[in-house]
Amino acid sequence: MTAKTVAKPSHREVNGSAEISLNDVARSYAGRNGQVQALDGLSLHVGAGEVVAVVGPSGCGKSTLLELVCGLQSPDRGTVSAGPAVLMPQRDLLLPWACALDNAALPLRIAGMGRDQARDQARPLFEALGLEGFERSRPDELSGGMRQRVAFVRTLMSGKPILALDEPFAGLDALTRQDAQAWLVDALTAQPRTVLLVTHDVEEAVVLADRVVVLSPRPGHQIAALPIALQRPRKRTDPALVALREEALIALGVDR
Amino acid sequence: MRAFLLALVLLVAWQAYAKLGGIDDFLLPAPTEIATAMFDDAGLLWSDFQVTAAEVLLGILVAIFLGVACALSIHLSQTLRQTVYPLLIASQTIPIVIIAPLLVAWLGYDLAPKLAIIALVCFFPVTVTALDGLRSVDPEVRKLMRTLDASRLEVLRRVELPWALPAIFSGARIAVTVAVIAAVLAEQAGSSRGLGHLILQAIPQFETARAYAAVVILAAFAVVLFSLLTAAERLALPWAHRSQVEGERS
Repeated sequence: MTAKTVAKPSHREVNGSAEISLNDVARSYAGRNGQVQALDGLSLHVGAGEVVAVVGPSGCGKSTLLELVCGLQSPDRGTVSAGPAVLMPQRDLLLPWACALDNAALPLRIAGMGRDQARDQARPLFEALGLEGFERSRPDELSGGMRQRVAFVRTLMSGKPILALDEPFAGLDALTRQDAQAWLVDALTAQPRTVLLVTHDVEEAVVLADRVVVLSPRPGHQIAALPIALQRPRKRTDPALVALREEALIALGVDR
Repeated sequence: MRAFLLALVLLVAWQAYAKLGGIDDFLLPAPTEIATAMFDDAGLLWSDFQVTAAEVLLGILVAIFLGVACALSIHLSQTLRQTVYPLLIASQTIPIVIIAPLLVAWLGYDLAPKLAIIALVCFFPVTVTALDGLRSVDPEVRKLMRTLDASRLEVLRRVELPWALPAIFSGARIAVTVAVIAAVLAEQAGSSRGLGHLILQAIPQFETARAYAAVVILAAFAVVLFSLLTAAERLALPWAHRSQVEGERS
């Protein structure tokens, strides 16, 4: 909290747009063995309504990137400018005492809305994601895939134009993950948002994104960008998609 | 059930030792004598129990309120954490036994000094557990709440307080067990009623069995309060209980 008020010449500005712009950004954090340079020289632009997936080796500063975009951190160097962004973490972080619908409606309650009104507003999206009938269930009564759906409804209910998704499906098993990717595509078709998706899963990146950005090992910066101009919904077996996946893997240096 | 069996075994051993060991009744009455005293003096014990029970219940409420209030203020203000917290810890080193008569002389012979003593002894476990509970919130949840633009107060209300409730219940359970001792101490320091007063009177009158009967009642009262709190927690916080069970399973 205090870090916010004692802002070093803050390079992060929140604007009203739905765009993300990072310019020559560097950011380090205090690790166990001294300072760790997470990002260095990262530039990235995400247009309004664009879905950009960021892939990279472990520890290449992807989470730092998302926190910069969400305004949870400020860069050491360079500029970050972005519209209002909301974070969807890998773990669903649902509140265990609240029912599924109340978890989904949490952003509205924080914004000061009464309980009944907030529930009514969250309900359509809740049902659109196939959660009908589970309104009163507590998180520990839901499967991992359903919890992630509730978390996604919560993310959308924040009403923010930019979604920062931090490996949202990494904790799910392979089948549930494919299902989750399908509903994410559907939901974004119905309600387009600017999405910055960080993932370890190259296939997930090419299935979901308009553009895949490949980061270098730490300190992270962009080493490749692959536009994906395929129609959605995409088939994993589509030769064009498979070729793009190979291309991304080669850029990552793991295609052997 | 096993607790009951263990109690039975201990009682039989006690009975045998008291009867066969040649211990004077005034020093160690046998369980049967205590039971007789409990029956014979039922009216006396009951009226004194009501006084002590009221003190304990009110004292616990004051202690929980104070404990949570202290924890909240320390949690929300770094200044208070640095200034008040050391004082609270220091307050726990006050030798209550010696201070109690002074408190009685100061606050009078009625309820006030008893509540003060019980609260002084009992608020601290609540403060410490509540504070730990408030601080134990997952840092990732804090980040999430920040990106949802939650104010400090919203984070407290929607996340930290519910998060801390199981810990507060734990603190309250510790508090009830010491509250009974604190009540007896307070009554012995100056009172004309209550089980503590009864014990103080019974011993010089060689009514040791009656004193032990009072002790048994106090112990049973503490066990009942503890179980009631546990049951209340299960009812009020089913989510905490369930995740606990899951944690044990894994």
